[in-house]
Amino acid sequence: MELFGLYNYWVFAIVLMTGFYAVIAKGNFIKRLIGLSIFQSAVFLLYITMGKVDGGTAPIIQEGVTDQVYSNPLPQVLILTAIVVGISTLALGLAIVVRIKESYGTIEEHEVQSLDRSS
Amino acid sequence: MVILFAVFLLTLLALTAVAIVRTENLFVAVMLTGIFSLLMAANFFVLDAADVALTEAAVGAGISTVLFLGALALTAEHERSVVSGRWLSMGIVVVTTLILIYATFDKPRLGDPRAPVHQHVAPWYLDQTPELIGIPNVVTAVLGSFRGYDTLGEVFVVVTACIGVLFILGVRRGGYSPSPDGDRLTTAGSGLRHHLIPKVVGRLLIPFIVLFGLYVLFHGEYGPGGGFQAGAIIATGIILYALLDGEAQALKAVPRPVLMGMVVGGATLYGAVGVAGIALGGSFLDYSVLADDPVKGQQLGILIIEVGVGLAVCGSLLSIFHAFAARGRH
Amino acid sequence: MTLTTHLPALQVVVPMLTAPLVVLMRVPGLAWATAAVASFMAFIIAVSLTGAVLQGGSVIYLMGSWPAPYGIELRVTSFSALLLLIVTAASTLTLLAGKRSIDADVDPEQQPLFYAAWLLAVAGLAGIVVAGDAFNIFVFMEIASLASYVLIAAGPDRRALPSVFKYLVMGTIGATFYLIGVGLVYMMTGTLNLGDMEARIQEVGDLRSILVAAGFITVGLALKAAVFPLHAWLPSSYTYAPHMVTAFLAACSTKVALYVLLRFDFLVFQQNLPAHAVQFFIFLMPLAVLGVLVASGVAMFEKDLKRLLAYSSVAQVGYILLGASLGSVMGLTGGIVHIFNHALAKGALFLAVACLGARIAQLQLKGIHGVARHMPWTMAAFVVSGLSLIGVPGTAGFISKWYLVSAALQEGTVGLILVAVVLVSSLMAVVYIWRVIEAAYFGATPSSAKPAGEAPPALLVATWVAALANIYFGVDPSLPLTLSTQAATTLLEHLP
Repeated sequence: MELFGLYNYWVFAIVLMTGFYAVIAKGNFIKRLIGLSIFQSAVFLLYITMGKVDGGTAPIIQEGVTDQVYSNPLPQVLILTAIVVGISTLALGLAIVVRIKESYGTIEEHEVQSLDRSS
Repeated sequence: MVILFAVFLLTLLALTAVAIVRTENLFVAVMLTGIFSLLMAANFFVLDAADVALTEAAVGAGISTVLFLGALALTAEHERSVVSGRWLSMGIVVVTTLILIYATFDKPRLGDPRAPVHQHVAPWYLDQTPELIGIPNVVTAVLGSFRGYDTLGEVFVVVTACIGVLFILGVRRGGYSPSPDGDRLTTAGSGLRHHLIPKVVGRLLIPFIVLFGLYVLFHGEYGPGGGFQAGAIIATGIILYALLDGEAQALKAVPRPVLMGMVVGGATLYGAVGVAGIALGGSFLDYSVLADDPVKGQQLGILIIEVGVGLAVCGSLLSIFHAFAARGRH
Repeated sequence: MTLTTHLPALQVVVPMLTAPLVVLMRVPGLAWATAAVASFMAFIIAVSLTGAVLQGGSVIYLMGSWPAPYGIELRVTSFSALLLLIVTAASTLTLLAGKRSIDADVDPEQQPLFYAAWLLAVAGLAGIVVAGDAFNIFVFMEIASLASYVLIAAGPDRRALPSVFKYLVMGTIGATFYLIGVGLVYMMTGTLNLGDMEARIQEVGDLRSILVAAGFITVGLALKAAVFPLHAWLPSSYTYAPHMVTAFLAACSTKVALYVLLRFDFLVFQQNLPAHAVQFFIFLMPLAVLGVLVASGVAMFEKDLKRLLAYSSVAQVGYILLGASLGSVMGLTGGIVHIFNHALAKGALFLAVACLGARIAQLQLKGIHGVARHMPWTMAAFVVSGLSLIGVPGTAGFISKWYLVSAALQEGTVGLILVAVVLVSSLMAVVYIWRVIEAAYFGATPSSAKPAGEAPPALLVATWVAALANIYFGVDPSLPLTLSTQAATTLLEHLP
């Protein structure tokens, strides 16, 4: 039972590194961005996991109830911001990929590199 | 029971991530990314993070999938499998994963109320919010007021991305008339015009989506939600309209200058509330001075900035979507 | 409350809130003028903040009047004042000088968006510098990074696009690593405020978690700061960006990441890792030395003018880290003052390159043969700033090298090796600067490509302002030295 309490962190580590693998090993620019967004999502899981409290509920205070336990609001606030940052980076990255496709005719890194070398 | 459910969801999440990386069809990968985000949202819900779950569902499964599809329509659907240094990368990744897992063994167990993270700042927010701000949703209170400066920064991150996409994809302002035949991104969309069932069902959904967005915006102080979620949800509704009836129709409903006005207006509204704090004798983003009663001032300030966030986010996301869609015509 | 108490907030807010207004402007000239005025106001604010810090120590500002650590705190110290001066001065000077150069690189219809992104980059960088909160640093780091990607992508060459994509991927990994590190520290301390973290992390008994957190934060910021060997994004990005963007970013963007790195490592982690000084010594010093030597070596054989200077920037980051890794007041002062002096020298050099770029399409060494005859003022400014980069006495560059060498001499045998490294790399700098000078002064002008006279006056004046600043701060270095010494003393006060 104790180990289940750490399962979230293990999934965080695995998902984080799965995304990281796509970023460093794949040559396709869109695949890299997909990897990058998985990589960022893993961090969301880390933060939300640390905010959980046993027997708690979402931090919306109910009137008249005094003995309710609430989960930690701060990590949630931070991750709301981080999600926004993630989608912003993704949008900008995709726009650059579209322009790369238009000027090079490909979105594979090795093909772009060989085109640059030959020019 | 909940633990088993959580373990099941998390395992599925990890498997989906691996599947996304393994597939060479980018379309499949993008679809799986949408599923990944939904699973992530479900996990957040299990972990009592309702606001974050709502946002992840709207942004991860909704907006980012649409953006990926838009980019795929303009680029390529398959990756050519040349993997450089696969074993080296695999080695780095496996070693780092093991280090990370090793480092978890002395972390506080999930849900442990004695963990340091629940001791210092967080209880203060839970204790003081009813007294200082007077609204039930503590997440909204922290987001809008205690850490309102971060949220201002967050709005400007979106605005920067919007400016950047418009700049990089070279979308000109004003005097813009999209061609009536639709475009590559919404080819499926104009095709959908002839598909009765998706069209009727989709049309039925749109008013409810927009209404739900408005509810989320103005109910954020009492329940999960707020400006960002509302902006993303309303943007999703309008994008759905664009997919069903073509981008031209969507642009007719909400023209480009209006979108730009929403972006600039929303961001400026937020900034203006901050400056008003200075002008009325407080500090930047001090809402207490906005009304005679500090608690009323806080509530007023949070409401105004939430509207600003909603406008800026909705306008930015739609501008970004249209920028990708318009590119298809060139 | 007078307006002066709000200066730390205004430092960020003025450029940030001007940006959306610039987007709306339809006349490119008006957008440029507004951006330049906003940037100049930011510079004035930075100067007044520096005055305030010199007079009365750190300036603290509570956002929304909420007490720290519950609200977000802004904190301007001598170290931040130095960085604010660099960021705002670089932005203002390049904007004022660069209208013609930007006109040549960016489509007029797109210019309002370009200037808005520029102001957002200024606001983001300033926001990082004044922040006193670990998560707030992340938010503003993202504003600055996204805006920088946009500015670099404006480069006219198509190779700018893959370069900026690489920067975007590496920058996002860096920021995410930083975010993981901050999350781990937050898990241990329950706070995000840097000052509060420093106090509370001492009660954390478990060293393993602190080490992992320190590792993530250091690697993440080192990626952003282009510390060797994580510098792969920098040379191409600087080469293919528009000239004015290169001059602006080369002067300040990696330095801001270094500033956060030093602040985090010295203030938060220092006391808690018992052998911290040793770790800095063992891990970062070899990287710094390798970075200095390898990057200078590559620069010696580089044929592209901007890429040559970009590799030199990677080497200079090495000097700054080298000073910090010595762990003495003298060494740290040398490192910090080099942040300032390198910004002066590299900013001036890239401005001179922009002058050349206004008249010559291909900025290769073979393309500038004999150019000094047609553009004598430009090349004279290049020589002056080049001397400062090398570290010739009488220029700003000499001051930092003097401090680095003196600090190294206190370290015994290792110190002698370090002195040798500084001397060898300075000789390497002589070589790569000389190759440019040789081509420009002694090369035969090819009859086909004759440049049409001197650079535009505004650009030339700005280049000379920057070049003369190298002389001024070489003769009278009291301002940067006072700020750097104070900064180094504060950072090291925390040593156990």
